[in-house]
Amino acid sequence: MSPRPGYVLEVDRTTPPVLFWNGEGYLLERLPPEQSRIVYPPDPLKPLEDTTEHIRNALSHPIGDSQPLKSLLHPGMRLTIAFDDVSLPLPPMQQPDVRQLVIEEVLELAADAGIEDVALIAALSLHRRMTEHELRHALGDRVYDAFAPYGLLMQHDAEDPDGLVFLGTTNLGEEVEINKRAATSDLLVYVNINLVPMDGGHKSVATGLASYRSVRHHHNVETMLNSKSFMDMHHSELHSANWRMGRYIREQGIKIFQIETTLNTNTFPPQFSFLQKREWEWGPKDRASFIASSKALSIMGDRARRALFHSIKAPLQLTSIQAGEVEAVHQVTIENVLKQQLVNVDGQTDILTMGLPYISPYNVNSIMNPILVACLGLGYLFNMYIGKPLVREGGVVIMRHPTPLAFNTVHHPSYIDFFEEVLADTTNPAEISKYEESYATDPWYRELYRTGHAYHGVHPFYMWYWTAHALDHLSSVIVVGGNTKAVKRLGFRPASTLADALEMAEDSVGGSPTITHIRVPPLMMAEVS
Amino acid sequence: MDSIASILNKKVIFITGATGFLGTALVERLLRCTDECQIVLLIRSSPRTSALRRLDKDLLNNDCFDPLREQLGDQFHDVVSSRVTVVEGDVTRPGLGLDQQGMEQLARCDIAIHSAAAVAFDSPLDSAIEINLLGPSRLAQAIRDASTLRMQHIAETQATQQIQDASTATHLISISTAYVAGTHQGNAEEVLSTQAIARNRSSRTTTTVTTDVDIEAEIDFARRLRSDLQAESRRPERLKNFVSAARKEMGSAGPHLLAERSERLRQDWVKESMVEAGKMRSQSMGWPDAYAFTKALGERMLTQQYQDIPISIVRPSIIESAISQPYPGWIRGFRMAEPIIISYAKGLLKEFPGTPEGIIDVIPVDMVVSAILAVAAHGPSLPENEQPSMSTPLRSVSTTSQTNNPPVAVYHVATGSRNPLRYGTLVDLVKEWFSANPLYDTDGQPIDVPEWSFPGRGRVQTQLKRSIKVLSSLERINSAIPVHSFGQDLSARLEESRTKAQRALTYAELYGAYTETDAVFMVDRLLTLYSTLHDDDKREYCFDPATIDWATYVRQIHLPSVVSHARVRTSPTSTRSVSRSGRALKAILSPDREMAVFDLENTLVSANVVDSYIWLATRHLSGSDRLSVISKLVVQLPRLIAMDRKDRGDFLRTFYRFYENADIDALQKDALEFFHSYIMNRSYPAGIARLKKHRNLGHRTVLITGSLDFLVAPLQPLFDEIICARLDVKDKRATGRLASPPPTGEARALLLARYAEANDIDLSQSVAYGDSVSDLPLLESVGFPVAVNADQKLSAMAKKRGWHSENWKTAAPQAKQLTAIPPLSNGQSLTGFLLSRAFGMMSQVRQDKARQGPGSPDAGSASTMRHTALYDRSDQIAPKLASAEVRDTRKTPKLASEGSVNTRKAKKTGRDSR
Repeated sequence: MSPRPGYVLEVDRTTPPVLFWNGEGYLLERLPPEQSRIVYPPDPLKPLEDTTEHIRNALSHPIGDSQPLKSLLHPGMRLTIAFDDVSLPLPPMQQPDVRQLVIEEVLELAADAGIEDVALIAALSLHRRMTEHELRHALGDRVYDAFAPYGLLMQHDAEDPDGLVFLGTTNLGEEVEINKRAATSDLLVYVNINLVPMDGGHKSVATGLASYRSVRHHHNVETMLNSKSFMDMHHSELHSANWRMGRYIREQGIKIFQIETTLNTNTFPPQFSFLQKREWEWGPKDRASFIASSKALSIMGDRARRALFHSIKAPLQLTSIQAGEVEAVHQVTIENVLKQQLVNVDGQTDILTMGLPYISPYNVNSIMNPILVACLGLGYLFNMYIGKPLVREGGVVIMRHPTPLAFNTVHHPSYIDFFEEVLADTTNPAEISKYEESYATDPWYRELYRTGHAYHGVHPFYMWYWTAHALDHLSSVIVVGGNTKAVKRLGFRPASTLADALEMAEDSVGGSPTITHIRVPPLMMAEVS
Repeated sequence: MDSIASILNKKVIFITGATGFLGTALVERLLRCTDECQIVLLIRSSPRTSALRRLDKDLLNNDCFDPLREQLGDQFHDVVSSRVTVVEGDVTRPGLGLDQQGMEQLARCDIAIHSAAAVAFDSPLDSAIEINLLGPSRLAQAIRDASTLRMQHIAETQATQQIQDASTATHLISISTAYVAGTHQGNAEEVLSTQAIARNRSSRTTTTVTTDVDIEAEIDFARRLRSDLQAESRRPERLKNFVSAARKEMGSAGPHLLAERSERLRQDWVKESMVEAGKMRSQSMGWPDAYAFTKALGERMLTQQYQDIPISIVRPSIIESAISQPYPGWIRGFRMAEPIIISYAKGLLKEFPGTPEGIIDVIPVDMVVSAILAVAAHGPSLPENEQPSMSTPLRSVSTTSQTNNPPVAVYHVATGSRNPLRYGTLVDLVKEWFSANPLYDTDGQPIDVPEWSFPGRGRVQTQLKRSIKVLSSLERINSAIPVHSFGQDLSARLEESRTKAQRALTYAELYGAYTETDAVFMVDRLLTLYSTLHDDDKREYCFDPATIDWATYVRQIHLPSVVSHARVRTSPTSTRSVSRSGRALKAILSPDREMAVFDLENTLVSANVVDSYIWLATRHLSGSDRLSVISKLVVQLPRLIAMDRKDRGDFLRTFYRFYENADIDALQKDALEFFHSYIMNRSYPAGIARLKKHRNLGHRTVLITGSLDFLVAPLQPLFDEIICARLDVKDKRATGRLASPPPTGEARALLLARYAEANDIDLSQSVAYGDSVSDLPLLESVGFPVAVNADQKLSAMAKKRGWHSENWKTAAPQAKQLTAIPPLSNGQSLTGFLLSRAFGMMSQVRQDKARQGPGSPDAGSASTMRHTALYDRSDQIAPKLASAEVRDTRKTPKLASEGSVNTRKAKKTGRDSR
């Protein structure tokens, strides 16, 4: 029996209130009947049963123009295994992490083949360096202890003048500069976790292992305005640019064996399972859990609440693994991602509402600062569509999140200055680029990125570019329950209740608007007809 | 009587105390209302300012002269210099310190008005005696000494021109105070105590205080007391107290500043003891304070010893702002009632002693001036119509009656008997006025004025004393808490409350007597004099208290004047303080600045050397070992804290001994992680943003810190220079000593000065940021000091010195590196949790617990199971990986030994995960 597909519920007077995430917490809200609908994601797919067998099978039966991994390995070769960083999956999955499982199989084959020169690289791009704990979580202790003490477990450094190699420029003049170790290996194996359609494909290497010099060609406001959406590879300029670069990398003779994996949406452990159930199906236990946890959260301090949520490890399970040539692999991966996440929605809406959870790709074990709030809502969730956005042009997005005026100084130092300096000047993504270079080349940010655990100085700009399409498309963005100062600085309108927000939205979209609420997480992609 | 102006036009008038409130008004009136009257001013020069310079600076520049300046235009200075002569002198010196020329000037004078006084109610006894008691007599003596010169002078002038006024002796008008009546109850008459005794034929009178005082003995006693106190203050036990008090106040600011402070405390102690002695002596004799006491004795000495000189005494009550001249509301300086009124309007004085039906005797300054000039014009005789019998026998004690001087005429210039202002009425008027015209607090909110219930003075003082006691002990407790970033707001609030209460108590003690005075000052003679005035003079020189309409005076004249002088917020939008800090910031961030110096701990990051040691020392330890390190440190903490208070340098030297035998390479490696996971988490983004702003402006940036070099090394991209402590290293191990003295306290200022000199930097054009008194020498050495997150002591000093202050916070309240929640299921980790909490080490425990990996309880059962399964294969994988490593090392020999370690480690982990 295949799991239930996604579902669009028309709200009427008998509809129970719907769950809204609200940062490190959640609450129930009633949506206006007869004009609202709720989009529920499909239930989690059934996982693959014998994971190890499937992994081995994928490695020995590659897709596209590729030989089995085993026959690509030979003694004396230089092998590099790159893997996705801490931004995937969300929330971090329960151990063993799928990266660990895949890498162990790859290492076993490598050992069998008698390869001596093996290194692992966390494909950070401009993300923060992972901590030892995070690396151990993703790779397992055995892999960590076998490589890390000898400097063979590296983290990509997009600012290391000695660790990068410039390969040339694409026919559109985009500079391609990637990790030297990866570029000078006889084989580069990239281990992906493909949580959303944007992940993987040529982006793995062309972005994940690239330098700032290279990444800036597609991480900019023009690209984002031409990516409608960047989750839809056929309409994404971000995708096209990465594909151009990826093909260029291939043309330079760099051999990549791509491994992509998809997970189901089994997002929360049993004690929080009600968070992914549809409200009308909540049993007494779910209701009790909701009430008890809401009460507990309400009396906890910010810090304890944050610690609690970030300690959640998702029981995500593998639903597919495919390996081989990048483009062929990615084709299958996309199908598998959409199989889990796609929901058909009939027509656009005037107002899109969403409750933003505590986590986004950039605040794992960290604080969701105001810029990340904007990026999660307008960069990620808004763009989770194929075809047309869920909300019509000129429509309104209402997000619920406390948007605290809080930053993690270790992870997001340049975000603080971006918030205080850049956003105080302008919130227009096209205008902020004048500040970009000074942040990207700031020696202090560079030091913190390279030796600490900070995102690259330019990263907040990318977060803001991510929102460009949404800001261009919408007439107004309203944040319910957010810190007023923070919300205003973001250029959004603060509202204290959902009812207020809906009333404010009517100024932009007219009376009796249609409202659509996306009930995420778990993640879903909307195909709007 | 002829008009006052016409009489005074022909006179030369000598004035002391011209730069005071009353003196200023007196000089101004003489210049404005007479055309020819010559004025000789006795002005004291100060070490920096000559007497002549003081004439401009301290007298003519006062807004009192604005109307006259306007009237005369460009001629103002010509007119003044043609009529005013300055002689240098000092009423505290014998002969007024006059030189020959000065004596000649004095000899010219027909009238001498003595208005110099130490008006503070809390003057030290000896200085009050020198000025108030001896001052009048010194002037009289000088007049006596100049009499021969004067005779010559008169002879000369008489030869050249006709002198109408035959009187030859200089008429001395001594300004006293109505409060010489002291604690007298009921009507106080315009008599000298000798006159009263003579009239009543008894030493106890119904007219004024007549306590018998041996004046010479009082003078001797006061002078000796000062030298006794000076000696006492230098006794070792005393000095020990001053030093320890200074240390308490200044912490580890360095020996130089400590010495300065303790000497200051010693001098203050002498002064305070003198003040206290004055207060007690006066009260024991029946006067409320040293001011009234010395003034009273001054009158007695003058009238007893200088009967050869024609003397009048004018006794005003509390002099307040002008009712009409030079313009309504003119006032000079912040006087007695003003601070009380402002404190009340600010809501600071919740209660003030006084009885509502009591009389508060205030008199506008221009009325006092008018009365004095009327007395001057009238001359030393008793006013007409007044029978000498009223106060005879006036000179019964006269022994040296060389002259036929009239009896000394005493005039009260007061309102209490003729037009009393009741204390209750005044309070109502003030309350009503401030309700309509409130002051505003810093948030732009109008301040609600309190309702006074007119309690007795004793009750108010007891209450205030009690609350000061409670507040000071709270402050002591708060400042004793070692973690100083804790409770900064609290300490600021405590200090503010205590200061408020202290101020209220001072007012209550000082001025309470004046709101509870029972004496009613009679003005019969004053009114008699008034009645003799020309009709025009009655308007121009009005001093009839009955003409004052109190409601109008308080509402329309006095309060607006007081408020405008007080520099307080009178509108919600007033942004004086904001713009002030804005201006300071602009100066700090001006391109002209050359260097910005930063302290580290609590200025840029909220961490300290103890944190870093614990983190590093316990970095590789398991729970129980870590606990033992921490508990060993906890045992030493009180000693270390005490040492830190005393001398930061000693503390660091002692503390860094903990690093003895530490492997320096390992420390450096761990320090990097410590910096990024711990220090950065506690950094103040505003501080780092400021630092970068300085860099962008081209200022040189310098970090000066007692932290160790390897701990602050990652900060290098932000600074041009890092001045820090360095461990002495031998064979790659720390010896426990420092390579050079730690840069703390005064050493910082020295190091900085050396650095500035070497790099040609002007320190006066540099900015320094610091958080505690130990940074004081550093802050003092630059032109633009900034107190950041200042501790209680520095905060108080910064406020006093007008330094710019800022409060920088971490980016997220309690921002920590977040991993899994630490398990608190067993007792050990709970203890560890509590202990680490005490050191702010919470997150580290969490991290380490989490770092223990899948074996730790928080990893969840599923993963543990999975790892058990993995173990089965680990032996197969690990040797293979290991062998790959070993083979690899053939190429790079350095890894050879590590390769084998690798094998062991892989196996060990496999076992552990079982």
